[in-house]
Amino acid sequence: MAVLVIADHNNETLSDATGKTVSAAQKIGGDVDILVAGAGCRSVAEAAAKISGVRKVLLVEAPHYEHRLAEPFAALIVSLADGYDALLKTATTTGKNVMPRVAALLDVMQISEIIDVVSPDTFVRPIYAGNAIETVQSSDKKKVITVRATAFKAAGEDGAAPIEEAPAASDPGLSSFVKEELTKSERPELTAAKIVISGGRALGSYENFEKYIFPVADKLGAAVGASRAAVDAGYVPNDYQVGQTGKVVAPELYIAVGISGAIQHLAGMKDSKVIVAINKDEEAPIFQIADYGLVGDLFKIMPELEAAL
Amino acid sequence: MKVLVPVKRVIDYNVKVRVKSDQTGVDLANVKMSMNPFDEIAVEEAVRLKEAGIASEIVAVSIGPEKAQDQLRQALAMGADRAILIKTDETVEPLAVAKLLKAVAEEEKPQLVICGKQAIDDDCNQTGQMLAALLGWAQGTFASKVEKDGDKLNVTREIDGGLQTVSLALPAVVTTDLRLNEPRYASLPNIMKAKKKPLDVKEPSTFGVDIAPRLKVLKVTEPPKRQGGAKVASVAELVGKLKEAGVI
Repeated sequence: MAVLVIADHNNETLSDATGKTVSAAQKIGGDVDILVAGAGCRSVAEAAAKISGVRKVLLVEAPHYEHRLAEPFAALIVSLADGYDALLKTATTTGKNVMPRVAALLDVMQISEIIDVVSPDTFVRPIYAGNAIETVQSSDKKKVITVRATAFKAAGEDGAAPIEEAPAASDPGLSSFVKEELTKSERPELTAAKIVISGGRALGSYENFEKYIFPVADKLGAAVGASRAAVDAGYVPNDYQVGQTGKVVAPELYIAVGISGAIQHLAGMKDSKVIVAINKDEEAPIFQIADYGLVGDLFKIMPELEAAL
Repeated sequence: MKVLVPVKRVIDYNVKVRVKSDQTGVDLANVKMSMNPFDEIAVEEAVRLKEAGIASEIVAVSIGPEKAQDQLRQALAMGADRAILIKTDETVEPLAVAKLLKAVAEEEKPQLVICGKQAIDDDCNQTGQMLAALLGWAQGTFASKVEKDGDKLNVTREIDGGLQTVSLALPAVVTTDLRLNEPRYASLPNIMKAKKKPLDVKEPSTFGVDIAPRLKVLKVTEPPKRQGGAKVASVAELVGKLKEAGVI
């Protein structure tokens, strides 16, 4: 039994989530190898080799893997799939983009965003944005899996696995990279942040997000999110949206400000470790799931909170 | 160019789902059903491409129960030209859906397939990518902008940490993210007109593909309940509690 974990990286740094996906792979059992594919990414392979309990790191470098576009990347993973019983990748946007393509090419039904491994063929995953949890058993010979990294503890970092270079596969030539615009915000990315602070319709305007939410976020090193109502009202862009139709987050601390707690919002944040709700309506449903509820006027509370931090 | 838009009938995003007590699934009886929100965005994008003179014909297709005709009629009312229902009461997994859609694509020969990035019921996020793989086409997933550029399609994608733009050879599959557009509401005259647009109903067996499920659902359970409801009286108390909990 052998499992291949496909590393997440940007050619320079290995993502923390890769260590967590390795521990999901170890739960499946057997030898665990890591594939690092990119361009000029030997340092990433060296970091991957330090993850505990890894048999070897496969390093594949070619210009067409620089941006890990789905078509060449999937072709590469399929070319390496023969020796493995399971292929795992973190459910990042890259993982979600490439793994279903791999699965279809191998004629396998992917198991998306697993949160637990019951046995080598049985896995637990959330459905309906986490409002229900299903346990599924796969009859496919080879398993193709994406992993919700927040559900697994990272493997240790005392390993010294050998790095083996593997040949590139050919580029199917269907797509090409044009450009990337990464958000320059000093704030962490919403789905990776340890603390998230979100505003709702009660904020009333973008200016009030700037005045009441951003300063507290910056003091806490938090990412900023919003309810669908705040997005629909045009206060903040759609990529702020936390909820069933937006982003699903599970930070250590989630602070909901002026958010009533519609089902669709709760679906996106209820797995957070600690939830704080600040709302003037004490009947707001958000209080039922909050660990700490503070009833009152957010326009008074938020400056106080900023001062207290 | 012809555009194919797959749509799925799902529980409305505002409904609180109830897990059945026998753990066999989620209760779908007497629950409001709607078009998957990401698929609505897909239909809207196709209609905008038609309004811009880029798309020539829009074909909506759904794989699901008889009642999925409601969602196809909605697509027609939004501006699709005709619809195909592949009728089945069975659960059809994304891999099988992709195989059926491949068969439809081979018959219809679209230049572009636009579908939602994921259905909000099974949250799989697979179908578009699988379809692209089976057809050997390029894929532009999680799109927030789609632009025709000569014989290519430029797709701006929502990725972790920002945006990525890729250029795709056509034909291609695009999957939609939230920021791509805001779907229109169908007007009453268009809803009336949609009733007269063609809607073909087909059986999955006529496509000759294997759609047997690969995953067996052993059980569906409620997520662990949160013990919430505690209140604090002041900002000072809140900050104290958060420090105690070690989260700030």
